[in-house]
Amino acid sequence: MIHYIKVRPLPPELHHWRRVIEDIARDEGLDFFDVVYEMITYEKMSEIAAYGGFPTRYPHWRFGMEYDRLSKSHTYGLSKIYELVINTNPCYAYLLEGNALVDQKLVMAHVFGHADFFKNNFWFSRTDRKMVDTMANHATRVRRYQDLYGVTLVEEFIDTCLSVENLIDPHRPYVQKKRIKSRPKQDLPDELVGDGAALPRLQAKEYMDEFVNPEAYLEAQRARKKAEIEQQKRFPAEPQRDVLLFLMQEAPLTRWQRNVLGLVRDEAYYFAPQGMTKIMNEGWASYWHTHMMTRRGIMDPNELIDYADRHSRATVMQKGRINPYKIGIELFRDIEWRYDTGRFGKAWDECDDMEARANWHRPTGRGREKIFEVRRHHNDVTFLDEFLTPEFCARQKLFTFEHKPRANEWQIASREFAEVKQKLLFQLTNMGQPVIDVEDANFENKNALLLSHRHEGVDLDQSYAHATLRNLFALWKRPVHIASRKGERGVLYSFDGQETGERAFDG
Amino acid sequence: MTRIKQDHSRFRRIVQGKIRQNLKHYISTGSLVGRQGRDKVSIPLPQIELPRFKFDQKSGGGVGQGDGERGDSLGQGDQPGEGDGQGKAGEGEGEKALEVDVTLEELAKILGEELELPNIEPRGQKEVVTERDRYTGIRPVGPDSLRHFKRTYRQALKRTIAIGAYDPKNPVVLPIKEDMRYRSWSTVKSPQSNALVIYMMDVSGSMGDEQKEIVRSESFWINAWLKSQYQGIETRYIIHDATAREVDEHTFFHTRESGGTMISSAYKLAAQLIGDDYPVSEWNIYPFHFSDGDNWSVDDTRTCIRLLRDELVPKSNQFSYGQVESPYGSGQFIKDLREHFPVDEDDCNLVVSEIKDKDAIVGSIKDFLGAGR
Repeated sequence: MIHYIKVRPLPPELHHWRRVIEDIARDEGLDFFDVVYEMITYEKMSEIAAYGGFPTRYPHWRFGMEYDRLSKSHTYGLSKIYELVINTNPCYAYLLEGNALVDQKLVMAHVFGHADFFKNNFWFSRTDRKMVDTMANHATRVRRYQDLYGVTLVEEFIDTCLSVENLIDPHRPYVQKKRIKSRPKQDLPDELVGDGAALPRLQAKEYMDEFVNPEAYLEAQRARKKAEIEQQKRFPAEPQRDVLLFLMQEAPLTRWQRNVLGLVRDEAYYFAPQGMTKIMNEGWASYWHTHMMTRRGIMDPNELIDYADRHSRATVMQKGRINPYKIGIELFRDIEWRYDTGRFGKAWDECDDMEARANWHRPTGRGREKIFEVRRHHNDVTFLDEFLTPEFCARQKLFTFEHKPRANEWQIASREFAEVKQKLLFQLTNMGQPVIDVEDANFENKNALLLSHRHEGVDLDQSYAHATLRNLFALWKRPVHIASRKGERGVLYSFDGQETGERAFDG
Repeated sequence: MTRIKQDHSRFRRIVQGKIRQNLKHYISTGSLVGRQGRDKVSIPLPQIELPRFKFDQKSGGGVGQGDGERGDSLGQGDQPGEGDGQGKAGEGEGEKALEVDVTLEELAKILGEELELPNIEPRGQKEVVTERDRYTGIRPVGPDSLRHFKRTYRQALKRTIAIGAYDPKNPVVLPIKEDMRYRSWSTVKSPQSNALVIYMMDVSGSMGDEQKEIVRSESFWINAWLKSQYQGIETRYIIHDATAREVDEHTFFHTRESGGTMISSAYKLAAQLIGDDYPVSEWNIYPFHFSDGDNWSVDDTRTCIRLLRDELVPKSNQFSYGQVESPYGSGQFIKDLREHFPVDEDDCNLVVSEIKDKDAIVGSIKDFLGAGR
């Protein structure tokens, strides 16, 4: 096997600890692919982080921009990347040169948690474990296109693709794959169009027909048929969530463009599970580094203060946002505790005596088993949907906030469990991105592309929508529209190649 | 070149391209003024972001964690509680509005290229020669404080090996006096060219806020350009109505007086300033004067012309006069200057420029700096 990533061996002391920690991790029941650690300088760390973990990625200025940001914020002491681990087999993980031994131990313990999660969580089951090679192949392809067609041209096309990169269907890898049916090439068969004869009737003797198939029934049948025909004429027949795939198949692109769009899509699918399990993944890794550092003797007592400092920095509550490390680790602990003390099942659910609930103690010893099960099946949305409790919410001081235009500031809106949960789930659904489908590829019979945003109470950012439509036009080459809502009103944002438009629309 | 260096330089080039595209906009809105650190300017560049369909931040709200009552403020801005990012990277992509740091030098270069400004030709011997000592060599004698440990050791090692006394098992190397090496220096003379920029502004009642903003934006870009042309640059500020006084930068842009206008007062002060502190043989002098062109009397204008002809113009690399249009001014002064200092005179280094509104700033910067003096 060719290693695209060259790895320098760890210094002996770290190598020793790596082995110790790995043994402990396995002993605790963690199960992971081989983890390859390398210690690198912060420049290298910034570089690899800028590439999303893959030093072999295709050339693009945005990685340079990210590098600029990361290395600067490191230089100015604003942030520091402690660890970087990528989901491949073997797992590659990077340690920052110059960190204290306690930091390195903590990071290694943390990384084994991630590695276990990558291997065992259902949502990662379809990811490409040879992504290092795949990324390298993508890079080779992009470079070849750049040689053939020019660096700027290819880079600008990548910009265009990245602008719609989030329009994928994150659940697609886990359901039966349906190809998008291509555009109907021929006219519809005649019998679909006429009425009467082809209508399905209930079987009846002739003299009973009038009663068995009354006019009202036939009318309903006719209407249904008509709708069906309309449906058949429509293209795509059903709304398509995987907009990128649809564009690959249907947009008038050259071969290299289709290829580039395809590789952008592959990478988007590869990274999607990380977006879907951020809270769980970080929570799980944090749970394990805490457990192993403090209970399994990895940490020397004189390292305690430093350890506590690093740990609390990572899991600090930040007022305006959710810290995935914090919520994740606390929720895993909460689940473990609830299942250890028997706070689940019918008896628990039905008990409404506050005191009995508070002093509930029916030990089962099933907590650990339960959290392993949770880490296998759930993603962030289902994780919080199922395990967030009012008590947890109050303990973690969760609240919702809103923007008040009049005061022009953000304010705490509510601490009600139902509201917090709803908002939290909304924030996590589809990784916080709007859900958008291809609705019609022949909108208004003009070969225009109509996307539709499933509005769930939050509007699209208007200026971003307009700018994105321009890029979409560059792919579709005919007018493009997106139907959404602005508060109560339906609205259609458009770009026809010349100018952007906006009008009332109820589709 | 590593991959990231390539991507990084592509990014820098894109940034420069965007700045180039927006340069005229930046100049006329004055939007970079005040965004300047010691030698860097931070420029907001939201256009460089890749757009995508996303939620309107403010219509959504979200969930947070911590103490506080309902209705408590979480701050303003695009996101609540903007704070430090204790970053663990890998997954997250930055969501912050992009600001790019550009050095003043880079900015001046872009300005120069976009406005096609010629480089300033050094005039005469207006260079100060500074002397600096630099450690350049090694010698066998010297004070202990300059002993070069590494070289000394090397010398001692060489000697020890040469006489066959070196034992790898017990690598003791003892330097003797002849092994000692000391740093030695030589004196380097480096020419340094300095520039003095004197800004003068009429702050009489007829100069409004908009006029001052124009001056402010102009001075920002002029400074950026002159800084890129000279090693050292000093700026002095003079405001005047009927009398003139020297002020600091902040006062310069924020003072509003009423009363009459005697331009000569400012010219007198400028001449005095140059006479006192800046020998003409060592300094490249650039006086800039901004006014709405309304002078008190014909007599005073005559004094101005005399001061210019005898004092300021001969001592300066270039004297620049910018006339900002204001609803009150008569705009007579520029005509007087044109009359007395016709442009076609070859060695005339007095430049005038009319600045009608903010959009004209670009043109007037070009007027001032286009001669390459």
